[in-house]
Amino acid sequence: MLKKPARLTVTAVALASLLLTGCSDGGGRGRDADGRITLRFQSLAWQKESVDANKELVEEWNAAHPEVRVEYVHGSWDSVHDQLLTSFEGGEAPDIIHDASDDLADFAYGGYLADLRKLLPARLRSDIPRRGWETTTFGEGVYGVPFLQEPRVLIANEKILEESGVRVPTPERPWSWPEFRQIAKELSGGDGKTFGVAWPLKDPVSATLNLGLSAGGQLFHRDEDGRAEVRFTEGDAVVADTVHDQVNTDRSASAATLGMGGSDTLPGFFGGKYAMVPLGFSYRQQIAQQAPEGFRWKVLPAPAGDEGPVQGVSPQTLSIAEDSPYKKEAMEFIDFFLQPANMARLAKGDWMLPTGTAALKDPALRTEKDGWATGAALAEHLVPAPAQSVRGYPEWKDKVATPAYQEYYSGAIDAEELRKRLVEDGNLVLARYQR
Amino acid sequence: MRTRRSTRAGQYLALVCYLVFLAFPFLWLVSTAFKPPRELGSLHPTWIPRDPTLGNFRQAFDEQPLLEAALNSLLAALSAALIAVVIATPMAYVMARHRTKLSAAATGWVVVSQAFPFVLVIIPLFLILKNLHLVNSLPGLITVYVVWSLPFALWMLVGYVRAVPRELEEAAAVDGASRLRTLVSVIAPLLAPGVVATALFAFITAWNEFFFALVLLKTPEKQTLPVVLTHFLGAEGVADLGPLAAAAFLATLPSLVVFALIQKRITGGMTAGAVKG
Repeated sequence: MLKKPARLTVTAVALASLLLTGCSDGGGRGRDADGRITLRFQSLAWQKESVDANKELVEEWNAAHPEVRVEYVHGSWDSVHDQLLTSFEGGEAPDIIHDASDDLADFAYGGYLADLRKLLPARLRSDIPRRGWETTTFGEGVYGVPFLQEPRVLIANEKILEESGVRVPTPERPWSWPEFRQIAKELSGGDGKTFGVAWPLKDPVSATLNLGLSAGGQLFHRDEDGRAEVRFTEGDAVVADTVHDQVNTDRSASAATLGMGGSDTLPGFFGGKYAMVPLGFSYRQQIAQQAPEGFRWKVLPAPAGDEGPVQGVSPQTLSIAEDSPYKKEAMEFIDFFLQPANMARLAKGDWMLPTGTAALKDPALRTEKDGWATGAALAEHLVPAPAQSVRGYPEWKDKVATPAYQEYYSGAIDAEELRKRLVEDGNLVLARYQR
Repeated sequence: MRTRRSTRAGQYLALVCYLVFLAFPFLWLVSTAFKPPRELGSLHPTWIPRDPTLGNFRQAFDEQPLLEAALNSLLAALSAALIAVVIATPMAYVMARHRTKLSAAATGWVVVSQAFPFVLVIIPLFLILKNLHLVNSLPGLITVYVVWSLPFALWMLVGYVRAVPRELEEAAAVDGASRLRTLVSVIAPLLAPGVVATALFAFITAWNEFFFALVLLKTPEKQTLPVVLTHFLGAEGVADLGPLAAAAFLATLPSLVVFALIQKRITGGMTAGAVKG
């Protein structure tokens, strides 16, 4: 028999529980009482035009498909991996998931994402090139539909470029890496105040690895058993040495920007301090919005090595949760969402390139204005980022590669020490993931 | 005399430096919030916008449900602060006045629990809340905030209770006051600044919290301000800086207002008038 205070406590707790439970909506998903299916689509679109395009497409779908309603959920790039992991573990993941291909490996291998091979319609399968599908293929399965991607380009101050008289590169004839180094020297003031180039290398690893493909750098190699290991070849040294020499030998690249993000370099770029800035293609939106009145800028292809203007990318993807009871319907929505006209709309909204060949033909993506044509011409040279399917890559990147590259670029260590750290320390990290 | 003056000047100088250090990010945020996009990209930024605009605020409100998110944050933070203080105050009194091995262990556990990273607890927490049908609900989030801020609130309040002289309670007992009367009329007024400070801590912790809110709330109409603020951020840290600064500036105001309103309560004489003449 409970004493009075204890009885009061138990009653209070019970009431509070009832109250709290009553306030919640349970968060269930599936079929309504009238048999209508509701799919949750978590989108990471964030720019206004892109969010509007996403919402309009969802509305169009809902108007045409009253029996399969799609609920738009505005997700966030910030902490998306942890948020999705928690949702998967808790059995509350969205049915349709927007992410990037370099974030999918753990989810794919962990069994959280549906293998799309049997679900993909022929139209979508044939519209996206094989190199696109390779970015979302893990083991035997395909775990996402790549739909938006961006190459890294050089954004140049057109006035400085014209006054210097240097050859302007085109996607058909990009600068070679030695030529780029020479031109950056020519565009530098040599006074330590103006520079030919500003490398924003807050995240030096993806930039170095993805651009390194053009010079034949792979860094990650797989043996016959499929085990990945790091090997540092001559091709891997091309981009790294170019950046290092520009900063430390030629003084044609600003050392101050090495720790910056892309946006941080824009004031210096607009102010004429830097003639060129290597940035992701979508940064054009910020440049178009923030550039001073009369400032002229031009999109140039990134330098290329022996392999041509090839570059590694991690496209944005749409995946389906393995737990979703309505995979077929989810794929039908993805197929609608990524119709060529819609994919082009989404690409324009995010200032990126569509992966689909039909969408890429959209005239709006072929215009010279804002460098769209340059980007579109580079699309066929975009291949999967070299490291994205390597298990243990995130740890290798954070603990080994990022500090090693940062120290090398700033001149704190030499090339031999960089190689030693990337390979020896790096392989120790990878080995733990491949036992 | 000269030494004392120079010491005082040094203290003021240190204080000014500290204030500048604290105020700089906020003032820069305010400045950015009123700048048009072309000024944001200027190589020579100015404190006072050359061409001030409210466009960033308009855009922020147009693009995101800031008002609803602010109300959600306010509800969650106020509830969490209130509940945490209501639960923690009597617990703190008991732990401070009746020191046992158990209370010492509890205090140790409180300190250790502060070191737990969010990621460590989020999945079990999510599963528990899911079973209670509290995922995607403000009551669920409030529950988490209370649990999360309770240890530190308790730790803070224990210190405040210990600062109240035990002799006051003994004196009240000698004067014939009952235990309850002593607590209400003698201890509570002296503890008030501590309770307010603790409530403020719990409020600000909940108001600023991002990760739990991100993971636990799915529907847009339930999301809190920190989560909505991230909608101005793209991949790899790219940001729509103007609207983000405008929204972030608005998000800091409630904390400032709350603090301004109750700071006197916090700094008010802790034991003023406590000792009988």
